[in-house]
Amino acid sequence: MSKLRSLIAGVLAAGLLAAPLVAVPWAAPAFAEEEIAMPNESWSFNSLFGTFDLAAAQRGFSIYQQVCSNCHSMQYLHYRDLAGIGLSEEQIKAIAASFTVPQGVDDQGNPKEGPATPADQFRSPFPNPQAARAANNGALPPDLSLIVNAREGHANYIYGLLTGYANAPADFKMQDGMYYNKMFTGHQIGMPQPLRDGTVDYVGSMTNDLHQEAHDVVTFLAWAANPEMVERKQMGVRIILFLIVMTGLTYAVKRKVWANVEH
Amino acid sequence: MAGLHKSEFSNPIINWIDTRLPVFTMIQKEYGVFPTPKNFNYFWNFGALAMVNLVIMIATGIFLAMNYQPNTLLAFGSIQHIMRDVNYGWLLRYVHQNGASMFFIVTYIHIFRGLYYGSYKTPRELLWILGVIILLLMMATAFMGYVLPWGQMSYWGATVITNLFSAFPWIGPKIVTLLWGGFSVDNPTLNRFFSLHYLLPFILTAVIFLHVAALHITGSNNPLGIDVKSPQDTLPFHPYYTIKDSVGICVYLIVFGLFVFFFPNVLGDPNNFIPANPLQTPADIVPEWYFLPYYAILRSVPNKLLGVCMMFGSILVLFVLPWLDTSPVRSARFRPLYRKFIWLLVIAFVVLGYCGMNKPEGIFVVLSRIATLYYFAHFLVILPLLGKLERPLPLPESISHPVIGGRGGGPLPAGAAAKPMEKA
Repeated sequence: MSKLRSLIAGVLAAGLLAAPLVAVPWAAPAFAEEEIAMPNESWSFNSLFGTFDLAAAQRGFSIYQQVCSNCHSMQYLHYRDLAGIGLSEEQIKAIAASFTVPQGVDDQGNPKEGPATPADQFRSPFPNPQAARAANNGALPPDLSLIVNAREGHANYIYGLLTGYANAPADFKMQDGMYYNKMFTGHQIGMPQPLRDGTVDYVGSMTNDLHQEAHDVVTFLAWAANPEMVERKQMGVRIILFLIVMTGLTYAVKRKVWANVEH
Repeated sequence: MAGLHKSEFSNPIINWIDTRLPVFTMIQKEYGVFPTPKNFNYFWNFGALAMVNLVIMIATGIFLAMNYQPNTLLAFGSIQHIMRDVNYGWLLRYVHQNGASMFFIVTYIHIFRGLYYGSYKTPRELLWILGVIILLLMMATAFMGYVLPWGQMSYWGATVITNLFSAFPWIGPKIVTLLWGGFSVDNPTLNRFFSLHYLLPFILTAVIFLHVAALHITGSNNPLGIDVKSPQDTLPFHPYYTIKDSVGICVYLIVFGLFVFFFPNVLGDPNNFIPANPLQTPADIVPEWYFLPYYAILRSVPNKLLGVCMMFGSILVLFVLPWLDTSPVRSARFRPLYRKFIWLLVIAFVVLGYCGMNKPEGIFVVLSRIATLYYFAHFLVILPLLGKLERPLPLPESISHPVIGGRGGGPLPAGAAAKPMEKA
């Protein structure tokens, strides 16, 4: 009887402890005023043990370079980080060297520029937000380093946005220089459709339709926002397994210590 | 009365120290042989869990502070530096960030334990009051910590919460200016919040020390809510409760680990991945989940000043709880009516939390008003009356010999029974 009670209390306590795990995703608020179906793409990185599809992330990086980086910065990434999507040291050096970045001042005190090294931050397309706005019809293209984490719906939302361009309905009032997008709040977005079927060329037989392009660039962006994810999950598996064994052992010792106590 | 302590430790070095500063005797007395009721259930783990949590927060926080920049231009980037470049920085940061949530989960269950088993009643009133002070300090620390990453929700959360003080007439705006160190949330605000976020945990530690000291004077309550009557009712803290707490700590670390390694951002807000922008207000400004019930209370009242008063009042009412509850019986196990009302209070608190994360429109306004009403009625009306109206069940004679139920007495292990009682 008493064992049963303390067991129930224990289970209840552990349940309360874990409640937010279950409750919070379920109770997450809706992402927009008008309900648009959030795409439910299958991502290599979403499951409990999921990793990044490195081939997709590399294709995604080349899409970022060819398309996105014309307007969007990724200022929290360094070229050296690209080792995380499987690029070799030589490839990274070559990529970095293709960018010219400010390198402090020379002996005369004049600003100096030179080819980037792997230790440099990704070069931003604009020197400051004002320049970015001026070049983009007043809109500020957000930095993409964390964009997958920074939107409700995460990877699915970014995918939905990239594939959500359509012709505006006849009764929809569009402002000048804006584009209709099903996923975007208010449906008017300052960014023209960045990706279409065949926007980038893929090596080999990979289809370069819009779906695949969006999928690849989102995989890259998801990696960019959470570069530690694979190491984190692997460490997590080991630590949780250890803790489960530890819990079992500790509980066995507890049973032994308490064996003679009538309680 | 000065004089050397007569130490009983045989190790000469320990004996030498203990003679001059009897810390070993103290640890032995307070955590070794300390007589503890033998009938604790696992709800009695949560004090120890909170203590472990505090240590984890301070340990990770110290290393985060080594890499963090409390400057509006650098703060957001320095967090990314920690996440991406510092060795295991992501681990430190995710442990600290989710540790705050774990701290509140553990503390809320600890408080629930106190409410359910009447741990606030005489002679433990001061122990309880110290606990409420700890809760307030925790809230202040958590709030300021959330501002430090300087994301959109950090900035706008800080703006909304500090602005609440402006509701107070005359003194209000002065308080707000003082909190801000200027006329809006800006660099001086971030600087002072960082300083205070580092300071408060140590004040917290001091108050927790008093909380534990007070506990060791009164002794622990127990699930039956009756006083310890004889040495047969107790067990030495070690090894019985050190090992039982260890089981709890292992389970707690599993839950903690699931958050840190697999769902590190599930309790956070996507908006905080966007750097603070004073010119752009997010669509919804929501506090962290552990503040949502109070946020719902605030928004359930149409008048700002009254809302602010009720929000603070919802915590302050806990200070006088020992005198609002008029029933002499502690444990809800023997209070058939209270046992129902306490769950209503839990439901009201959860409903308030749920309302807090939704916009105050339609059904959520109604729900949050009903729940707010119940929250205050529970403490201010129901508890004072219940003690007079309720017929408690007969109390057991002692922890070892309960009148009812199957928890019989029986022989104790020799080591346990031989320990002398600390208090009468």
